[in-house]
Amino acid sequence: MKRRTRISIEPKYILASCTALCLVIILVSFKYSDGLGPIKTSVGTVLSPMQKGINSIGRYISDRVDDLKNIQSLQSENKKLKEELSTISYENKILQQDKYELENLRNLYQLDQKYASYPKVAARVISKETNNWYNTFLIDKGTEDGLAVDMNVLAGNGLVGIITEAGKNYSRVRSIIDDSSNVSGMFLKTSDTCIVTGSLKLIDSGLIQVSHISKDADVKDGYEIVTSNISDKYLQGILIGYISDITVDANNMTKSGYLTPAVNFNRLDTVLIITELKENTEELKEMMK
Amino acid sequence: MKRFGIMLIIIILCFLLQSTFFQALALADVVPNLLLIITVAVGYMRGRKEGLVIGLICGLLSDFVYSDVIGVCALIYMVIGYLNGIFNMLFFRDVLTIPILLIGVSDLVYNFMYYVMEFLLRSRLNLFFYFRRIMIPELVYTVLVSVLLYKLLHNLNAFLERRENKEV
Repeated sequence: MKRRTRISIEPKYILASCTALCLVIILVSFKYSDGLGPIKTSVGTVLSPMQKGINSIGRYISDRVDDLKNIQSLQSENKKLKEELSTISYENKILQQDKYELENLRNLYQLDQKYASYPKVAARVISKETNNWYNTFLIDKGTEDGLAVDMNVLAGNGLVGIITEAGKNYSRVRSIIDDSSNVSGMFLKTSDTCIVTGSLKLIDSGLIQVSHISKDADVKDGYEIVTSNISDKYLQGILIGYISDITVDANNMTKSGYLTPAVNFNRLDTVLIITELKENTEELKEMMK
Repeated sequence: MKRFGIMLIIIILCFLLQSTFFQALALADVVPNLLLIITVAVGYMRGRKEGLVIGLICGLLSDFVYSDVIGVCALIYMVIGYLNGIFNMLFFRDVLTIPILLIGVSDLVYNFMYYVMEFLLRSRLNLFFYFRRIMIPELVYTVLVSVLLYKLLHNLNAFLERRENKEV
């Protein structure tokens, strides 16, 4: 017994109107991506605590399983590590002396400003993108912890990616191996610039494409690539990885090669976020106007 | 209305599982597309209108959380939900072959449309690579998972229909 007779609309008209709606949303969100931020982050804000919860359960279980497996190997490893520690602590002392010397030298050349250590925040990876085409993931810290869009994300000592969306309690990170990622890089030794482009094709081999290296650049396989000084989003001097297979392009003006990232993207669990944006961004924008 | 609420909970649950639990179980680096299974199953069991609405919700959810441009996934899922709704006339209880076949074909269509809208437009032309690397593994994995998930959705649908009949 229905209380009221519903007005039934032909499904094809609903399809047509919803398609039109979708196209409008696509255009609007493409054109005004900043304006839609609050709406987008609201959904993420609700969902990310749930993802975090599921993850912590999973982590607990896998930790317990690992515990059982690892006790024996840990004991032998512990012994080995203790021996290693004594040698390393000795080396550390030498390094500290070197560091002291280095600081003095830097003061002399007034370079310490440039390489000052940045303030960092640690966060956990809580979920990955649901479709298989891109490589973005969510972390469990957001604007509440002082994060903002365009902050650089590290793991270990290498670059992982950049924050593309910051919600209240979560942020979305686009990794440098993502197909739509482009990073302006620079050879540490020679200061030649290049472009580091993520590619879905190369993900399985664990490499990233490097292009637009000047033909005159005197670079060899194995050189370190760091983020460049001309990038407007990435802080200067963060290690990206090591280059290999340099070849001259067909246009005979540039060289390209492949880069082995310094970070293992398969086992990404915790990341560090530099809570400092590239300083001159605002100045640059002013200049552009 | 109750049915809509239950479907919403299932969609969110599957979305959460797909983004966390199944990421740990990824085979050949791909994750089964649970949202697509829901869209196809609802379209096949309930007809064009409901398939369309559920597809739209699934698409919007993944767009909102994971994508820069909103609406691409929503559009694809919606069209797939609608097209599967047409096959509602073939709906028989407890028949598994037709829905599994539909899910397989839909997954291929979804990935192809996604490729065209997101990758081809950025001049990534090597279709066969992406075919081998993503579409086929995802197809296989999704179909495997769908055997289980479709069964669950099917039983849930039967249960809800019985309840609704009793109320009337």
